Amino acid sequence: MSAKLANRIATVVIIAMALFIVAILVGLLGYILIRGLGHVSFDFLTSVPQTIRAGGGIGPQLFNSLFLLVLTLLITVPLGVGAGIYMSEYAKANRFTDFIRLVVEVLSSFPSIVVGLFGLLVLVQFFGLGYSLFAGALALTVFNLPLMVRITEQAIRSVPKEQKEASLALGLSRWKTITSIMLPIAMPNILTGTILASGRVFGEAAALLFTAGMSSPRLDFTNWNPFSPNSPLNPFRPAETLAVHIWKINSEGLAPDAAEIAAGASAVLVIVVLLFNFTARFIGGYIHRKFTASK
Amino acid sequence: MKERVTLEHPKVNLEHPKVKPSKQHLTEEWVGKLYTWFCIIFLIITIFSMVYFVASRGSATFIKNGINVWEFITGTTWQPDAKPPILGALPFIFGSFSTSIMAALIAAPLGFCAAIFMTEIMPKYGRRYLQPVIELLAGIPSVVYGFVGLSVIVPFLRDTFPGQGLGLAAGALVLSIMILPTITTIATDALSALPGGLKEGAYALGATRWQTIYRIVLPTTFPALMTGVVLGISRAFGEALAVQMVIGNAPFLPRSLFDSTSTLTSVITLSMGNTVAGSAHNNALWSLALILMLMTFVFVFIVRWLERRTKV
Amino acid sequence: MKKSLLLIMTLVLSITLAACGGGNNAPANTPNNTAGTNGGTNSGTGNKPEETTDKELEGSILAVGSSAMAPLVEQAANKFMDENGKVTVLVQAGGSGTGLTQVSEGQSDIGNSDIFAQEKFKDDEAAKADELVDHQVAVVAMAAVVNPAVGVDNLTKDQLVQIFNGDMKNWSEVGGADQEIVIVNRPSSSGTRKTFESYALGAASPDLPGQIQEESSGNVKKLVSETPGAIGYLALSYLDDSVTALSYDGIEPSEDNVKSGKYPIWAYQHMYTKGEPNEIVQAFLDFMLSDEVQNNDVVELGYIPAAAMTITRDVDGNVSPK
Repeated sequence: MSAKLANRIATVVIIAMALFIVAILVGLLGYILIRGLGHVSFDFLTSVPQTIRAGGGIGPQLFNSLFLLVLTLLITVPLGVGAGIYMSEYAKANRFTDFIRLVVEVLSSFPSIVVGLFGLLVLVQFFGLGYSLFAGALALTVFNLPLMVRITEQAIRSVPKEQKEASLALGLSRWKTITSIMLPIAMPNILTGTILASGRVFGEAAALLFTAGMSSPRLDFTNWNPFSPNSPLNPFRPAETLAVHIWKINSEGLAPDAAEIAAGASAVLVIVVLLFNFTARFIGGYIHRKFTASK
Repeated sequence: MKERVTLEHPKVNLEHPKVKPSKQHLTEEWVGKLYTWFCIIFLIITIFSMVYFVASRGSATFIKNGINVWEFITGTTWQPDAKPPILGALPFIFGSFSTSIMAALIAAPLGFCAAIFMTEIMPKYGRRYLQPVIELLAGIPSVVYGFVGLSVIVPFLRDTFPGQGLGLAAGALVLSIMILPTITTIATDALSALPGGLKEGAYALGATRWQTIYRIVLPTTFPALMTGVVLGISRAFGEALAVQMVIGNAPFLPRSLFDSTSTLTSVITLSMGNTVAGSAHNNALWSLALILMLMTFVFVFIVRWLERRTKV
Repeated sequence: MKKSLLLIMTLVLSITLAACGGGNNAPANTPNNTAGTNGGTNSGTGNKPEETTDKELEGSILAVGSSAMAPLVEQAANKFMDENGKVTVLVQAGGSGTGLTQVSEGQSDIGNSDIFAQEKFKDDEAAKADELVDHQVAVVAMAAVVNPAVGVDNLTKDQLVQIFNGDMKNWSEVGGADQEIVIVNRPSSSGTRKTFESYALGAASPDLPGQIQEESSGNVKKLVSETPGAIGYLALSYLDDSVTALSYDGIEPSEDNVKSGKYPIWAYQHMYTKGEPNEIVQAFLDFMLSDEVQNNDVVELGYIPAAAMTITRDVDGNVSPK
């Protein structure tokens, strides 16, 4: 076969494959959204799930997912940024640094169910946190932290060296240089990365099955005292998130409209994750344009 | 050539005795060091505690219940409730490996094609349209994949092929879509990091685009592409919920591509809640988790070895 | 930048500290006494229940265990909380095994289980079962179900045993359609499976290659209704038109047959406590056994009130009239 023919065939095959992938995604998203969006309404988004009667909603679960995300970020962002700063600024090229890199890689590749089991063993039982948002947040930290470290490290490394040198030359201490000069420049990248990581956290279920639990106590949304057991802000209460709820409804669903609820919840979950992705891209692009003054 | 004075130049020292750093500087530096050190130590504590706890529970099977390690890994019969318990984990190990590797075999060609499309064939359109698509695929949660797999892929397999639809093939298909973004993203990065001179040289010599790709680009980036594949396999290996929904869960070695079987993750998800802590069954499940954890380390080492071999 | 970082860290730290301190007043899902129990009663909650002069109950209860029982206990709990405003009842799923473990170790007040504790705690752990006090709050009956296209509506015990042993391969052997028999079983650790094996088959059924195993009833129902030739078993509350419920030795799986003792495939829903329950847990258990719950929620959710049974059965399967 002549080279030109081979070239044409290869090109066609490659384009076909690429189109196939797009078709898979469109089909997947279409399936989820078409099956689910019909069931989504304001009522669905705010009411409490029903065990056996129709008409249940996902209100508490949606709130739990968001609140858990916030809690996780509160823990992982300071820790991850700190570790990332260490890796990019303070770490010398020695075996200890290699070891830390290994640790970061391994932590980010752990199967989520192993993390969940670890959370069950250590956080829920050993430390006595019980099934709680806090245990769930700590379990999610195991995933999120390595991601944050990597994101921060890359972002800080991408800051132009001249900025750093100029700042030091002007007499600022190293730490001040990092915090006042380099971090702000790296912030768009860190922000984008964080938002993308949030998408992953939002959709996580396996690790939460054993840590945040599969039920949610009655939430009194007028009670904002974080120490009261009925308050939605109490981080020590069990909190079924949206992803776990989908899993539960698919497995145990007794309500007559279980299939629709699962479809609706899946649609909501996918839409939120998509929103995260788009926001990250949008902010990243916007700030890039601002910084580099390109149109 | 004039030597560039860097900050680490031995003669220019920030702590030069004649210029004493101000008190404010000292405190700031200490704050910085303490804070970042604390974060690093937190990381280290996390991983050590994870390894310790999973290992201590997982090894109880061998130490307390007296199961032989070799028999555990190679035995094919799994009857944890029998007296004495018969624990052969080979079906699960085989299940995990076969689904992951099959998923990679399906996803790798697709992923490479997508990467080549985005970097060689239509870079402009590729970047604008295919890349967001890949990112979106990566963002879909695994629960949703399992749910769609159960509703779409399983009936399809049931009607087209022998078997009940649930089984090895269903698991591999669902996993392949899940790891496609991983393989594609890494492949794209690898291909775009290639120095342009390599390709231009080939074109200058009269090669067609496909010849350039096939003979120059792919072989050179091969280790990097493999990194993506291994990372994809690693992700598939650790996936629990989506797999458990479609794989059938029979604790046996599959007799065909469409036979119901189990993976390490699926059996843990299925049975953990029903077992009592401390029982032989429970310890056996923890040992499976230990195997999962050890495999994570193995995958990371393989990836590092591959990265060292990347010549570009 | 430094200030806001410091602020965030302070916030995190203070929330953690405050919450740990406030955790002693928080509900019992922060059990602080995992290291050693207080011996027997009151070993789950950090709170001692108080009784004010107008007999108002205060405190919290944690019930963990069977996911099959969770809907019932949750519904009853909601009603209980409506009547006793200062009480919080938290219900967790996690499986009968988890429930028994946690109540036995004092991490929860109540362990919900589909099977007798003695069946889970065996041999060297049998002593743990002796510490637990059984409260039987309902009866769940189950039936063998098949895909509607199979065309069979009754099976004898022998036939069922042969099917689940893998000795019978085709539905035509029992008068059904010419379809391969596909077994949808539960995992070997499942309490539902133990119940079915004890009372329908009379012996354990082996794990067979090619078998489908699913943990949850929802999945079993879906698979049986969609897979030609499938057979599984479900609690009565899950039955609907998508699957055909089988009679057992000619006896229909109806509530009356269960109550009279004719239909044997049923099990108690147990709520175990470690030792005698404390006041607030006892109040909740009494509420579970009251007419309000038994005649409404229990029936609504497809269970049979424990009191409606005319016979009782012990852990070894011995049946005697009440």
